[in-house]
Amino acid sequence: MSNSGSNTAQPNPHRPNPHWLLAELTYKCPLQCPYCSNPVDIARVGQELNTDDWKRVFREARAMGAVQLGFSGGEPLVREDLEELIAEARQLGYYTNLITSGVGMDERRIRAFKQAGLDHIQISFQASSEEINNHIARNDSFQHKQAMAKLVKQHGYPMVLCFVLHRQNTDQVEEIIQFAHSLEADYLELATTQYYGWALKNREQLLPTLDQVQRAEAVAHAYQEKLRGKMRVLYVVPDYYEDRPKPCMRGWGGIFLLVNPEGVTLPCHAAGMLPGLEFPNVRDHSIEWIWRDSPDFNKFRGDAWMKEPCRTCPEREKDFGGCRCQAYLLTGDAANADPVCSKSPHHETLQQRVTRIHASHAGGTVSPIVFRNMRNSKRILSGEL
Amino acid sequence: MTPAFGPDDVPAMARTFRLQWEEAQASYVILYPEGMVKLNPAAGEILSRCDGERTVSAIIDDLEQKFPDTDALRDDIMNFLSIAYEQQWIQHGPT
Repeated sequence: MSNSGSNTAQPNPHRPNPHWLLAELTYKCPLQCPYCSNPVDIARVGQELNTDDWKRVFREARAMGAVQLGFSGGEPLVREDLEELIAEARQLGYYTNLITSGVGMDERRIRAFKQAGLDHIQISFQASSEEINNHIARNDSFQHKQAMAKLVKQHGYPMVLCFVLHRQNTDQVEEIIQFAHSLEADYLELATTQYYGWALKNREQLLPTLDQVQRAEAVAHAYQEKLRGKMRVLYVVPDYYEDRPKPCMRGWGGIFLLVNPEGVTLPCHAAGMLPGLEFPNVRDHSIEWIWRDSPDFNKFRGDAWMKEPCRTCPEREKDFGGCRCQAYLLTGDAANADPVCSKSPHHETLQQRVTRIHASHAGGTVSPIVFRNMRNSKRILSGEL
Repeated sequence: MTPAFGPDDVPAMARTFRLQWEEAQASYVILYPEGMVKLNPAAGEILSRCDGERTVSAIIDDLEQKFPDTDALRDDIMNFLSIAYEQQWIQHGPT
């Protein structure tokens, strides 16, 4: 997911409500983007939740105050009950967001979604050029996506176009912005690759240089001014180059609740790989118990779990110590400060890693991209990759 | 700021925003793709009347009746409508 909602109300720390429910309806996807936010063990997933399971999840989360609902995946269009789920969600009062590649969409479905009450469609592109787009997605989807974007506008939806930025397309930011503007996007999300799951596997190939990032940032800021009132351009600097950590998910169990295809609940996209946690399944528990009472959703709430330097840091209520998953992946302990933070004792190690990555490009020793598909997931599970 | 609306204009929520009463937050909120703005009570009272049917004058009359003890209500409403227009939450209706 992306966080384009910068104005989401702050949760009451004593009684937080889930404001954002992300329904990952399926891990099936016709695309193979190597920065996919799904976990690398997608091939292990069990039976998907059925229509009634999802409706119950929507009802229970809505009763607790959830108001934004994202239909995501995998590719949510794969689910044949998508229209029915949208109708149920809209009727419950959610603002309904369809987060899609556009592959599997046609005008008949766009119309059916509108009838069901869908509020907004976000289409992801892999690049503004057909060649790079189709190379990254590993399919021939570019022209279809363009056609779908035009139809989305014609049918009166607010449209967000999302581009995930990485080493191979960061230099095309200007073309991307102009392309999105030509499709009359209302919002353009220039989403920085976040290094978890598949993207972590491909970090060497995907991490842009600081120089690339700075140039892209200058272009994005110039267009934010130029297109003010026409298209909102959202751009976030990749956090490996920051020295203050991001307020990840507005805190663990703060406002965000993800339900994966088999019903496992998570406080973010990546947390499933953290050791020692057994995230509860909606098949066994109510959303209310999961959100309020489950040990896993309380594990990193508030600040009692914090170690130094977070524990006494004046910024701990602003950034919550950064990202738990990044702390684990880069330092081996999820309760450490996010090493993006310059106060973290691991900050220098992160910077050295970044330097090494760029050196391996210079030395031509970069390994091939691992595309996101079930075959590669099985190879990762077997230890082959 | 030049007022965005005159007394006979009809403000309406913009297509890209949805206004909704949220029981869990005891307030009106504006919803848009992946985001939300929680409104203070006064803003909620005004925006909930921007229905693409009522004129600005009618909205002011209605609120003056509902809150007879509030000073300078008219100015506050006109100011807020300009801000809301600037934010693109409302447009000139009917839509």
